[in-house]
Amino acid sequence: MLAFLLRRVIQAAAVLAVVGLIAFSMFRFAGDPVNQIVGPDTPVSERAEIRKSLGLDDPVIVQFGRYAGDVLRGEFGISYQFRQPVSRLLADRMPATLELAFCATVFALVVGVLMGVYCALRRDSWLAGLFQAVSLVGISLPTFLTGILLIFLFSVTLGWLPSYGRGDTVRLGWWTTGFLTASGLKALILPSITLGMFQMTLIMRLVRAEMLEVLRTDYIRFARARGLTTRAVHLRHALKNTLVPVITIAGLQLGSVIAFSIITETVFQWPGMGLLFVQAVQNVDIPIMSAYLLLVALIFVTINLVVDILYTVVDPRLRLPAGKAA
Amino acid sequence: MSRTLLKSLVRGVAAGAALALVAMPAQAENVFRFAFQGDIKSLDPYSLKETFTIGMHAAVYEALVTRDKDMKIVPQLAESWETPEPTRWRFHLRKGVKFHDGSPFTADDVIFSAQRVRAPGSNFQTNVPADAEFVKVDDYTVDMVLKRPNPIAIAQFPTWYIMSKTWAEKNGAVQPTAPTAGNPGYATLHENGTGPFVITEQQPGVKTIFKKFPGYWGKVESNLDQAVFTTISNDATRVAALLSGEVDWMDPVPLQDQQRVNASGTATVMTGPELRTIFLGMDQWRDELKDSSVKGKNPFKDPKVREAFYLAIDEDTIAKRVMRGQATPSALLIAPALYDRAGEFKRPATDLKKAKELMAEAGYPDGFSLTMDCPNDRYVNDEAICQAVVSMLARIGVKVNLNAQPKAKYFAKVLAPGYDTSFYLVGWTPSSQDSHNILFEIAGCRKAGDKSGRGGWNLGGYCNPKIDEIADKVEGETDKTKRDALIKEGFDLIQADWGYIPLHQQALAWGVSKKVHLVQRPDNMLLLYWVSKDKTPS
Repeated sequence: MLAFLLRRVIQAAAVLAVVGLIAFSMFRFAGDPVNQIVGPDTPVSERAEIRKSLGLDDPVIVQFGRYAGDVLRGEFGISYQFRQPVSRLLADRMPATLELAFCATVFALVVGVLMGVYCALRRDSWLAGLFQAVSLVGISLPTFLTGILLIFLFSVTLGWLPSYGRGDTVRLGWWTTGFLTASGLKALILPSITLGMFQMTLIMRLVRAEMLEVLRTDYIRFARARGLTTRAVHLRHALKNTLVPVITIAGLQLGSVIAFSIITETVFQWPGMGLLFVQAVQNVDIPIMSAYLLLVALIFVTINLVVDILYTVVDPRLRLPAGKAA
Repeated sequence: MSRTLLKSLVRGVAAGAALALVAMPAQAENVFRFAFQGDIKSLDPYSLKETFTIGMHAAVYEALVTRDKDMKIVPQLAESWETPEPTRWRFHLRKGVKFHDGSPFTADDVIFSAQRVRAPGSNFQTNVPADAEFVKVDDYTVDMVLKRPNPIAIAQFPTWYIMSKTWAEKNGAVQPTAPTAGNPGYATLHENGTGPFVITEQQPGVKTIFKKFPGYWGKVESNLDQAVFTTISNDATRVAALLSGEVDWMDPVPLQDQQRVNASGTATVMTGPELRTIFLGMDQWRDELKDSSVKGKNPFKDPKVREAFYLAIDEDTIAKRVMRGQATPSALLIAPALYDRAGEFKRPATDLKKAKELMAEAGYPDGFSLTMDCPNDRYVNDEAICQAVVSMLARIGVKVNLNAQPKAKYFAKVLAPGYDTSFYLVGWTPSSQDSHNILFEIAGCRKAGDKSGRGGWNLGGYCNPKIDEIADKVEGETDKTKRDALIKEGFDLIQADWGYIPLHQQALAWGVSKKVHLVQRPDNMLLLYWVSKDKTPS
């Protein structure tokens, strides 16, 4: 088991290193950071000086080596645009992204499971048909369009919910939360729906399919034969057995919810890490871009690692025979 | 069971909505909320020369002199000034002015700021003449001594904000926050000016909160207690925030949304000419044009070709169709507001027949092909303007391959040291708000190894040595009539050479709530001290 873990951790480190290298070799195509750092009438000589002091004239591999060394020492550099440590900027923005990802996932799970169960149990009702149609729309509409549509309906036309930002936040230590104020909670609604929409439809379809499958199995028939109430059969027996794959998918999707919050954050001007990244790309803020990409890679690698470990815990067949480890 | 579940879900949502409605805050304070597509990147007033940021700094920092609503230079921290001799400027400082930390403003602060603004890492080094020496006469009098006369020495003083010496020393902010600084300066996140507002919260890229400064020395026109700034980079979201009343001001309003904003009844689009001039430049420097069908020579070296290009591009149509009327065609590379004799210049009318003849005379009866560089996220409808230019040039047989890119990539390609472009679009506002800047930076001859910055933005390498001579004369000429005549001579030469193709001044487009009253200057700065908002009756 230890050997397995060790191997996985080494693999994870290799993935991170490769992500870093690929990211670095692509920054060259993002443009010239110096133009975003200084005003337009800055003399050529001053620009050249800044470029040199940022080390932008060095070959990519040298720049990468220097960056990797800094990262190993826990230094993520200073943002070109904000002139502040990237680690602090990311830490400031992280609560916003994580709270949004959490709410989106909860929304997707609750609504997705409810709709899925309903569609499975009342397959022929008009509401089930409607849910199915909604889920098709949800899965095919791009996120930015969903976001804009929601804004125009609920912010501009009805005036119920804010169109941008996080509302008022409360500071708890280094964490800022929007959960404790009314405006913070209101601000969470539209972005969470937008971000969770895709996951919700996915879960709904999954639950519906699994549920239909489970309902046909023998133990459900026996449960009915034992005279259990429909409610007990559906909830305690059928739904429970449906949830295993749902939880797996939801867990795996958590990484993509965090990573793909970029678009939702841009549409709602949600002050999270994704928005920071998008603005960094526009301004060629290399320190932010590289730190963000590494962070996202780390999140994915960690989630996959945890899932892999959990699988081996759950399913002994996946554990490699000790003799064949090499 | 599903019914009960659904019911409880509905109940939960309803409860949430009710909670949200109850929690509408009662506002006793007059709060102005505003949004811009970009950020206030740093509070350090010497960090980044960018219009919006400088305008925001003006709410908290003040300068020796400032510009009034008509862009005229008027006193601010200097009550008055005189030039006892052409190379000596004497400033009499205002008494009783306090910085936000309570310390008094004196001559030491001016001298300190004059050093800091010209220190390495400052992006405002050119705001104060490099050869100027600042001498303290007494606590409230400062002399600026120049090496040679300079009539526009204080033209850029309005954006040279005065910082407190003691505050900077106490907080380790003596050096400007350079982009390459190993550790971030205190001044990036904190301010200590003398202005009518203080910044109480600064979250870079997210939110900035301004509050009224109770100890301000002057009277303030604004009736705001508080102003809250948010970045909203997405166009549609910014429009939605204005229409839903969540923000009282936003900039810019995309051209396609202007009608909708005006029709909303709650907000209007405030337009006006901007100082920035959009123009086209041609590579007259290389011996062989890059990425062109013409080999072995550069067609742009022939003035006839440049004239043909000028005459083939129908700016009136661009202003009317592409810019939907939100542009003023320009004959000069400078906005009329900045040069008194601009009215004497006329844009030559579009003339396809003549353009074709000129091309034939120059030896290109069938035209040629070349590549045009264009930004697509920098100026209003920049890419669409370039597309229009491409189709207009096709009428005289010139086949243009358009290379439109985001500004970060575009400027990396066309600017020094590569100047890698044959034909390009750029917008320019002279930071000194003076014509000399055009003659020097845009039309000045580019020379290798020249450190003066002459021709720094002359990306096409247009060169007429006579213009350099004129520019030098303009710099030292203190008589306005003579100076304007010299400038006219320079601009006439650019036009006679067909050195550039000026297009237009784009219009500003601010989205303003009907509750708000403010001043729009052509330099596109939002100045909070002129913003007032109708108080909501309570």
